[in-house]
Amino acid sequence: MAAEAGADSIDLGRPGRRSRWATLRKHLAWTVVGGLALYLLTISVDPYRNLQIATIAYTAIAAAGLTVLTGSSGQISLGQGAFMAVGAYTTALLLIHREDWPLGVVLIVSTLFTAVAGALVGAAAARLRGPYLAGATLAFAVGLPALADYRGLREQLGGGNGLSVATKPPPLRLGETFPLERWQAWICGLCLVLTLLLLANLQSGRIGRHMRAVRDDEVAASLAGVSVARTQILAFVISAACAGLAGGLLAFVNSLAAPGAFQLTVSFQLLAVVVIGGLGSLAGAVYGSILLVLLPGWSADLAQQLDLSRDIYANLPLALYGVVLVAVILGFPAGLQGALVRLARLLRGPSRPPTITGR
Amino acid sequence: MSRFVDLTLAGTANGMVYAALALSLVLIWRSTRVVNFAQGGMAMITTFIAYSIVHRGGSYWLALLVAVLAGLLIGAVAERVLIRPVENKPPLNAVIVTLGLLVFLQALAGMIYGGTPRSFSPAFDIRGYQAGDRRLLFSPADLFTVLAVLVVMAGLAVLFRRSALGLRMRAAAFAPEVARLLGVRVARTLTIGWALAAAVGALAGILVAPSTFVGPNQFDATLVFGFTAAVIGGLDSPLGAVVGGLLLGLALSYLSGYAGSNVVTLGALVVLIAVLMVRPAGLFGSTGERRV
Repeated sequence: MAAEAGADSIDLGRPGRRSRWATLRKHLAWTVVGGLALYLLTISVDPYRNLQIATIAYTAIAAAGLTVLTGSSGQISLGQGAFMAVGAYTTALLLIHREDWPLGVVLIVSTLFTAVAGALVGAAAARLRGPYLAGATLAFAVGLPALADYRGLREQLGGGNGLSVATKPPPLRLGETFPLERWQAWICGLCLVLTLLLLANLQSGRIGRHMRAVRDDEVAASLAGVSVARTQILAFVISAACAGLAGGLLAFVNSLAAPGAFQLTVSFQLLAVVVIGGLGSLAGAVYGSILLVLLPGWSADLAQQLDLSRDIYANLPLALYGVVLVAVILGFPAGLQGALVRLARLLRGPSRPPTITGR
Repeated sequence: MSRFVDLTLAGTANGMVYAALALSLVLIWRSTRVVNFAQGGMAMITTFIAYSIVHRGGSYWLALLVAVLAGLLIGAVAERVLIRPVENKPPLNAVIVTLGLLVFLQALAGMIYGGTPRSFSPAFDIRGYQAGDRRLLFSPADLFTVLAVLVVMAGLAVLFRRSALGLRMRAAAFAPEVARLLGVRVARTLTIGWALAAAVGALAGILVAPSTFVGPNQFDATLVFGFTAAVIGGLDSPLGAVVGGLLLGLALSYLSGYAGSNVVTLGALVVLIAVLMVRPAGLFGSTGERRV
């Protein structure tokens, strides 16, 4: 899906009407292909795999938002997991207190609410750079989950155990035996495909160009008439909205919103996904999410064969993310997607000098 | 009133620990312009080393010594292997590398010690001093914390102000090119700076461990507090780190006492944002303000 989004080059000039339509057509084609592939996959695999597909889909939504923020706009955020918590708790509260609302409305409201939270944090963050921003969002990510146990909110938010919500069954017209997991995979897959379509268009459009201009040189961008603060806040809002949707889907799939699901590690994992996939690449965010969700299972299988203890295999994926974060930055700054793009160019022949995208 | 006194005393002891961690962040920021997000993880590993020694029957002082030495080593290795390649690259690269190291160290600790936090006993009594007929919220262990951090700060001040090595380090941080021309081995001073910083962080870890326990993620909040304290002080001023640590320790102690302990980290976030809004260079910082 939107595999070309990683190959962006900075071009502040306006593309002609024809090329804009060509880009949109290409994105729509990828959306249809991706949606169809997901549909075929969900009807051919068992419920457990469908649950994994749903998990991959909402992880990829959160990662895609982060890749727009960190890759395109150049702002590093460790708060993506905390924004997911905002979306998840909003969805859980709505599912509990507004039982008659359709799921779509609940998810949209959760996304919008998280976007507002993102605007607040983004307005503060627009003044912060690099390590300062990382530190502030780190405080946000460490501090927010503890709020669930704050004495004024414990009643509403369920404290350390979180809020469990009734499972939303698939609509009856799909048949009474329609598996729940396939329904969840459909909802999450649909949200993922739509999110990627929106983000791909956004990245190849004016807003995306503004973000990359601000990322590469703030002074030059503002001289060219780009509002630096507004662009950075907008990037924050977009990434928070994605995290809110992802969190809402997480609460829907797991029927639970609990602080344990949004510890700092979640934000680190999402950052690892984005860095592995190549900063700024939406396709990379999707591969990275697939790896993130499948890796713990592989690690457990490996541990069983080698007879390792639980402590070892439970932490093996995390250790790998740490090593990969360092190795990618030191060795392959363009990530997996960058490596694939470079490989494709090598196979196609040296038609133009290779450029490394992302940072 | 007595509650206020108690919170002030407790805040002072906590603030000194934040000051120590802030100091280790400041030492690194001064020399390499990197915020070491792995500092919490490095301190966590060295504290686990100390825990193992105490657990096997070693004395507290041996454990402290070994932890500080391990900190020196880890800091030097981290600088040589991980940070040197990202010098003069966009700041995002260094941030991600230190975060990667943090994630790796947390996973490593989880593999060796499991996820359950372990208790870590302090060197001195944790029952508060008796004042008249009531106990203060300030114990001999707290006094040791305050004194230990003060001694380290005095030592660093002497090192930077009075010794040739300190002069070289300040020169390398202030103007690396000129220092290199004048014969300072800049790369080596950067490594020494990282080693010293990690050793100070190791001390902070041991001092904070009795109250937070030792576990892979136990120092996350402590790192946030250390970072906030460093930013209050201006990120490149050692004196600022100490004042920032004390101010933050007091503020968070009052917040925890009057509003509840679950809002303390978010309180630190509010302090952090407020300081960056009003005085982006901190109280003692020298970096120019950036506006957007």
